[in-house]
Amino acid sequence: MITEELIRDHNLTHEEYSRILEILGREPNLVELGIFSAMWSEHCSYKSSRVHLKTFPTTGPRVIQGPGENAGVVDIGDGLAVVFKMESHNHPSFIEPYQGAATGVGGILRDVFTMGARPVASLDSLRFGALDAPRMKHLVDGVVRGIAGYGNCMGIPTVAGETTFDPAYNGNILVNVMNVGLVRSDRIFLGRAEGVGNPLIYVGSKTGRDGIHGATMASEQFAGDETKQKRPTVQVGDPFTEKLLMEACLELFETDAVVGIQDMGAAGLTSSSFEMAGRSGSGIEIDLSKVPVRETGMTPYEIMLSESQERMLLVARRDRMDEVLRIFRKWDLDAVAIGRVTDSGRVVLRFDGQIVADLPAAPLSDRAPVYDRSRGALLPAPPGLWRDEPEPSDYGDCLRRILASPNVAEKSWIWTQYDYMVGTNTVERPGGDAALVRIKGTPKALALKSDVNPFFCALDPYRGGAIAVAEAARSIACTGAAPLAITDCLNFGSPERPEVMAQFTAAVRGISDACRAFDVPVVSGNVSFYNETDGRAIPPTPTVGIVGLLEDVERRVRVPFRAAGDVVALLGSTRDELGGSEFLRTVRGRDEGPCPEVDLEAERRLVHLLVALAKHRKLASAHDLSDGGLAVALAESAMKSGFGVAIACDSNVRPSALLFGESTGRALVSFDPRSEAAVRAAAEQSKVPIAVIGRVGGERLEISLRGRKLIDEQIAALRDLWSTAFARALESADVL
Amino acid sequence: MKFGIVVFPGSNCDQDCFHIAKDLLGCEAEYVWHGDRDLKGADVVLLPGGFAYGDYLRAGALARFSPVMESVTAFAREGGAVLGICNGFQVLLEAGLLPGAVRVNRGLRYVCRDVHLKVESIDTPFTRLYSPGEVLKMPIGHMEGNYTAPPDVLDALEREKRVVFRYCDSEGRIVGAANPNGADRAIAGIASREGNVVGLMPHPDRCSEAVLGNEAGRKMFESAVAALAAR
Repeated sequence: MITEELIRDHNLTHEEYSRILEILGREPNLVELGIFSAMWSEHCSYKSSRVHLKTFPTTGPRVIQGPGENAGVVDIGDGLAVVFKMESHNHPSFIEPYQGAATGVGGILRDVFTMGARPVASLDSLRFGALDAPRMKHLVDGVVRGIAGYGNCMGIPTVAGETTFDPAYNGNILVNVMNVGLVRSDRIFLGRAEGVGNPLIYVGSKTGRDGIHGATMASEQFAGDETKQKRPTVQVGDPFTEKLLMEACLELFETDAVVGIQDMGAAGLTSSSFEMAGRSGSGIEIDLSKVPVRETGMTPYEIMLSESQERMLLVARRDRMDEVLRIFRKWDLDAVAIGRVTDSGRVVLRFDGQIVADLPAAPLSDRAPVYDRSRGALLPAPPGLWRDEPEPSDYGDCLRRILASPNVAEKSWIWTQYDYMVGTNTVERPGGDAALVRIKGTPKALALKSDVNPFFCALDPYRGGAIAVAEAARSIACTGAAPLAITDCLNFGSPERPEVMAQFTAAVRGISDACRAFDVPVVSGNVSFYNETDGRAIPPTPTVGIVGLLEDVERRVRVPFRAAGDVVALLGSTRDELGGSEFLRTVRGRDEGPCPEVDLEAERRLVHLLVALAKHRKLASAHDLSDGGLAVALAESAMKSGFGVAIACDSNVRPSALLFGESTGRALVSFDPRSEAAVRAAAEQSKVPIAVIGRVGGERLEISLRGRKLIDEQIAALRDLWSTAFARALESADVL
Repeated sequence: MKFGIVVFPGSNCDQDCFHIAKDLLGCEAEYVWHGDRDLKGADVVLLPGGFAYGDYLRAGALARFSPVMESVTAFAREGGAVLGICNGFQVLLEAGLLPGAVRVNRGLRYVCRDVHLKVESIDTPFTRLYSPGEVLKMPIGHMEGNYTAPPDVLDALEREKRVVFRYCDSEGRIVGAANPNGADRAIAGIASREGNVVGLMPHPDRCSEAVLGNEAGRKMFESAVAALAAR
């Protein structure tokens, strides 16, 4: 008997329950209610985002697989394709940071190797609250250890990422993890249940009581001190088992015994079985008594809704069962035939000989509720008081404070805990503009980067979304790589609040417009709503993960200056902008707008120019301008090289905006003086503004504006500050 | 000339070692599965980095019981050249082919970065192409690399010139700040009494190619080829 209370406990609305009755023509039993609840959770059904996600450009000549499968697939030539996706594990990581982050890595890895690809690199995009907020250092420590613990053991290098600290995340941190794999383009596997009579095989860890209703939990907001009570819904990771699972699957894919495969991620056996049958228009029969379980007395309800990690569901060719089982035995894994494919269009579950659920497969996804939720007005950005403020008296002091701020300081404390070298493909390590991962057997490399500036998104979610794509593309282009495609992870508050939906739709529009401008499709992604605690939503955080292709790894361009005497030039236009800048936050202590402008056409021209200059070997260094503006970019290229730099600018913007403003669409480049004419000509031809601003050399960072010296600092001293500030800030805590 | 690369289920640098042996040095290379006893005629055995059996108990603690280690032990006793890198070194320690043990790093964290090493002995099949006292830059990536042994064992290692690498600064000075994990006497790698078995925590396999920006480790593999040619 399904009561009002049961419906509420399963996070279903009255309308949704009525729809269940209509689909079934009868009352569901408890197992069936649980299945609907999981499949129709925001996390699995995308019910509030689906109408908006449809506006993304998702196709292109290189796209082999767009959104809707475990991950997106893009052709990179030489018979190879790149497979990638980003996902969030925000709620679990806030409750139990180590396991939450670790299983986030495990989940995204499964998404990629399920497609037949060998994972080659991971990225992590992290948002924390203020370092002095309660539990925050514990969360930072736990999340980083969790990502390291899982990724390092799997032997997948974590090569890039970004970390932001903002008090707006005090009650709801974000852990977004991206994985990228390589696959032969004729060997891609999909989540299909085809061929009547083919066996359905369960592989991997046994099913336990962990993570039951994880997908539902991820679709709720936190209130008060719930994090302790919710701990049992967080799964526990076992990277060694996942390593076995990965190797076994990749070995299995070399045979042609597999028809389809899907990982058991959110909503476990429920989502994998229903989605595989639903996509193929087939049916599935499962005998739940055959599912390997960790403890006795597990009910069909628990078995269907468990989110135990490191499990896969696959359909094999009927006549190849023995081969499949032999490979999994070799890797010491449980592999059991638990059911078979039918043509009934239904998913029928038995337990101890009794039918415990009998549901139509397709309607659970096809007829899942879709909401075009109401949108309110965007919250107005705080006005830019900075316009009327006097200039600071000591710009050097401003630069030092910015370089020491947690958002700008070097994060080697984080990435030295990750194995970023395993696989011996990491050509450009963490800490550059984008990581470069070479592809053995070819001259190519993949350029990888994740990006979003949540401060910009809070001020203007449309521009923030567009800038996230533009900055990611620019970072990639600074290495010489051309952007191929993106994945995204859209982190927002509750979709039931109109102001959040306003942010969401604006950010989606921004991403779409930017993708169209760059001709870069969105091939996979994830939406994470309900990121709020006690009714306070996080800033809109649409994280963008980009993959670019560098045709010749020998033509890569790096961030550090290369030689004394090289010419330094600024590409792009600097406006009188300080809104949303690290300068305002760190020096003035304020978050103010407006968000910097974005000119997508200019961004596109800049990206094309950077790629062309790298291709013709004209550049000695290139660095994207972002947090901290020109002064920080100059300092970074200098600190990483050991060379000083002397800059003389001639600009009409106020000095603080010239040094620290975060105008978009800019890059800092250096080149041999003999290349100057060619670089200038290329920039002019591309209609990209270029200003030669100085020379590499000496041991100091000197910046003057129209003859007035603004900054004169010793590089070695800046490097000491910048490279140690983050560890000092963290380790001053008692919890570490 | 054939490299045999042992593959435990949790090995994750096996393909990196294979790539060096086969693609860079042009030698024969074959994987040897942990459950097998046949070393497939390998002239040199490599134990790669990774997490042999997950290493939830203690790095390398279970690997010593695997069938392949019986064969590796017999191969080593007959004078065969065996190199253990990172987790491979940990396995050699657990298997008793090299003395001592490793503890969790002094900083209690996994550390992945470049360190400097001083070549202390070239009397092994894996270091003969280096110069004594040469300073190498090489990456590390481990949680448990803090080498230790009883003082008399350490004294014996020193006396018998079996310390192969020590952590140092870029100038070759053995100073505390250059020691990334707290290892006793800054020991990064050691050899067996006969010199044929070598283990080290740093990763020569991650610095054997120009495209990776560092080729300092390549001579370890080339030394093995040279040693066999000279035999």
